Amino acid sequence: MKLNLKIWRQKGPKSEGKIVDYTVDHVDEDMSFLEMLDVLNQDLIVKGEDPVAFDHDCREGICGMCSMVINGRPHGPWERTTTCQLHMRAFKDGETVFIEPFRANAFPVLKDLAVDRSSFDRIIQAGGYISVNTGNAVDANSIPIDKETADTAFDAATCIGCGACVAACKNASAMLFTSAKVAHLNMLPQGEPERAKRTVQMVAQMDKEGFGACTNTGACEAECPKGISITNIARMNREYFKATITGSK
Amino acid sequence: MSLSGLFLCTFLITHMAGNMQLLINDGGLAFNQYAYDMTHSPIIKTVSYLLYFSILLHAVQGLVLAYANRGARKSRYASGNKSSSFASRNMGILGSILLLFIVVHMKSFWFEMHWGTIGNDANGMRDLYSVVVAAFSQWWYVLFYIVSLAALAFHLLHGVQSAFQTVGVNHSKYTPIIKAVGSIFAIAVPALFAIQPLYILFKTLQ
Repeated sequence: MKLNLKIWRQKGPKSEGKIVDYTVDHVDEDMSFLEMLDVLNQDLIVKGEDPVAFDHDCREGICGMCSMVINGRPHGPWERTTTCQLHMRAFKDGETVFIEPFRANAFPVLKDLAVDRSSFDRIIQAGGYISVNTGNAVDANSIPIDKETADTAFDAATCIGCGACVAACKNASAMLFTSAKVAHLNMLPQGEPERAKRTVQMVAQMDKEGFGACTNTGACEAECPKGISITNIARMNREYFKATITGSK
Repeated sequence: MSLSGLFLCTFLITHMAGNMQLLINDGGLAFNQYAYDMTHSPIIKTVSYLLYFSILLHAVQGLVLAYANRGARKSRYASGNKSSSFASRNMGILGSILLLFIVVHMKSFWFEMHWGTIGNDANGMRDLYSVVVAAFSQWWYVLFYIVSLAALAFHLLHGVQSAFQTVGVNHSKYTPIIKAVGSIFAIAVPALFAIQPLYILFKTLQ
């Protein structure tokens, strides 16, 4: 099939970007979206043009690198699917497809569709860790955790940190990401020692990075490729309230 | 935003219920008595100051929030995202309509009741009822109320359940109930309010 692409092209972080029209032919419906871009880039290289820069790594839906907004939706039209797992059968022959980078002040564009998401790394550095004593490895399952808590913490831990929540949010808020990390670690006994400090510091870092505030639109939850629930945001709000009331600072 | 919003919701209930006395067919005697009581009770006076403060706080916070959040994404998408409700995406605009409505509404009745020149009814009470009837006998004024009440309905559709989420009340057992009750509240309160101007308009048309 043949597609008309409208792709955001931007030479560098400081340059002005614009939407450029491309036509890509011989697209197979079994190709992934990234393979379709590979085909386009091959055409561009042959023509001596600059290929479209985009992030990708594992191409099996677990690394969270492939960041692009397709027809206004982060990771495209399929629910709970990353761009690399989105297949071209989701599109019709002759369709026009908008491809843009994740847009947020805290995610500056590096080039074309590739954005700098190191603001997420700094949020993790602010409190997304636990204290573990060195020495012999402890026996597996030596800390009793009830099944429901373990499952809920695990659901939060499935966040791959792709940033689709920020890209989808009209406020470019990082509350879903941050709350998933806070929930994952705060719910488990291993995360207990830093519980209050973690919540306050991660939220402070999130604000410092220039993400917007949450207005509970739920767009993040709808677009999250891992189906992270906004119940985590309510949980983080509780944790934050508790931490600021009882905390020493 | 959440706490002031929830407080304003409790005000909506009492305001709507109290003003249902406009529907009593007694030439406004009960309503005027009620208006007198509401402006002379020390308890109501105290609460009213809390109410004015809450409205201002809610409006200022909302405007600051909307402005800051808009600034968090300087470059806009060429293709729009629709994976959230209309109300949740437009709370700032809906709230601005409501703020404009409150200014007009308070000028028409609150200001007139306190400082306006209005006559007395058969019981010697200030005849606010006649002011209300005069206002609601103009179709365009009623239309402005209906449009504002529609904005209120959308504002509440998102706002009520959102306030609970913000204060951290999200529970697999209770959240569906909160959402259902919140939606009923969001539709019922503006609808019941709308009866009052419409009733008076149709009565004066006869």
